Amino acid sequence: MSRTKSPYPYWFILPAAVIFTVLFLVPTLASFWFSLTRWDLFSVEFIGIENYRQFFREPFLIQGLFNTVIYAVTTSAAKTVLGLLLAVLLTSGLWGQGFLRTVMFFPVLVSTIGVGITFTVLMHPTRGIINVALAAIGIHGPGWLTDPTLALYSVVLVDVWKGIGLATVIYIAGLASISPEYYEAARIDGATRTQLFFRVTVPLVKPATVTVVTLSLIGGLRSFDLIWAMTRGGPGFSSDVLASVIYKQYQAGFYGLSTAGNVILFALIAVIILPLTLWFNRKEVEL
Amino acid sequence: MNSRRQLFTGLAALAATIVIFVLPFLFIFLTAAKTKQDASLLTFTLPQQWQLWQNFMDVVSARDYMLLLAYFNSTVITVAAVALLVLFGAMVGYVLQRRPSRWNTLIFACVMIGLMVPPAVVPTIWVLQWLDLFKTRTGMVLIQIAYGLAFAVLLFRSFIATIPRDLDEAAIIDGAKPWQIFFRVILPLLKPVTVTVIVVQSIAIFNDFTNPLYYLPGRENVTVQLTLYNFQSQFGTEFNLLFMNILLVTIPPLIVFIFFNRQIVAGMTAGAVKG
Repeated sequence: MSRTKSPYPYWFILPAAVIFTVLFLVPTLASFWFSLTRWDLFSVEFIGIENYRQFFREPFLIQGLFNTVIYAVTTSAAKTVLGLLLAVLLTSGLWGQGFLRTVMFFPVLVSTIGVGITFTVLMHPTRGIINVALAAIGIHGPGWLTDPTLALYSVVLVDVWKGIGLATVIYIAGLASISPEYYEAARIDGATRTQLFFRVTVPLVKPATVTVVTLSLIGGLRSFDLIWAMTRGGPGFSSDVLASVIYKQYQAGFYGLSTAGNVILFALIAVIILPLTLWFNRKEVEL
Repeated sequence: MNSRRQLFTGLAALAATIVIFVLPFLFIFLTAAKTKQDASLLTFTLPQQWQLWQNFMDVVSARDYMLLLAYFNSTVITVAAVALLVLFGAMVGYVLQRRPSRWNTLIFACVMIGLMVPPAVVPTIWVLQWLDLFKTRTGMVLIQIAYGLAFAVLLFRSFIATIPRDLDEAAIIDGAKPWQIFFRVILPLLKPVTVTVIVVQSIAIFNDFTNPLYYLPGRENVTVQLTLYNFQSQFGTEFNLLFMNILLVTIPPLIVFIFFNRQIVAGMTAGAVKG
């Protein structure tokens, strides 16, 4: 039997499929092979898992791995908690809330490099505005980006500053989809404001939470430009993350090692995001 | 009583927001208007002498008008990549939504991969070199399409689900060919989501730093974000010019934001509500 031709032909998919396959899938698959090689400008030589062993032997590479997790978890947690609180505040009929939403959202759209450079200047240990302002109220401000124990967290702060607007608008959209009847019913039952927040808002806004957590975790694990603009991974290697290690090894001509870093980053994202997604999908809201 | 408390909280929130979110931008603007010596103090003061225009001319003419070249390159890359993203993304979203088949699982898997997996940088350069596209704007455009497709396909697919199939069927009965149905009937109806994809992706591609850093090295290929990065390392002491450059790269997203605030938020919050 000859079928009539579908009005939705598969060749519509073809241009996208070709570009995605050649420039995304092929390099991703090839990365597994190249991560097992000593690869530079001139030659490729198979060396087994030597790159991975080096990765888990060199203290500064291990630190990069840990920093990646710290960076992703702290930025994601801060954006989730603050985003929800700000969204509740900015939907409570506050005076000027439209303006506040707009102002908070704008940094999301600004160049990360520009934000990074600006805050590097604002965080200057002696002359930066932040420490000058702290000194005015009698606090001796720390070396935000020069103290090796603090540098990574200073970048985290700026990342949260830049991304909180997105988390907030996602939560505002989530809050808007909650039917007011739930609140009325809870209020009739005598629920306090705290109970309303934890028993009604938090469970019912879950789809937004899933979006915020997933987006900010993936973004945080892959984060590169802000760290690169602010610290270049320094002082020393104290604020290096996987993405900056990948770039440094690439610049140094260690392509195999750089690609192994890529595969490790891929694995890390998969190990964190997949179980999380399954857990989010299984745990249904019960009312 | 309650409204007075709300006004008070509102004013407190307003003050905090202005300090945290507005002052950094004011600092950029003020520093961009200062003289070199004045700016190097890093203080948050009005310029002793306003020279916004002169700094502007200095930044634009720096290094043989590199910023103009960068704006040209960034614009070409952004426009080409976004136009093709919209077209190819809508075509995939359309077939994906309208024609259930076993291929859909594969396409969905690819979308998830595209959203999650970090691009394998050096192997991508290897592929680009093999195609003779490394260090070319064409290569950069194709990379941006490859990286943006997953997002575009998801948005288009969910929007196409709201367009009744009766329209397709009416067109089929009228004897329209598949590409005619898509281009004449469906594509015009996708305008709201198309605007969203255009705006969100334009900002993402215009602001992109990492991908041009890897795939588009070379002086003649410089993009806007890279001028900023080069400026930071080469003219580290001329803060007035550095901040003028930051001001200039901040203005295009600001303009887009003023006109398309609603579409941007719609695009970026898609998925926040169950569905």
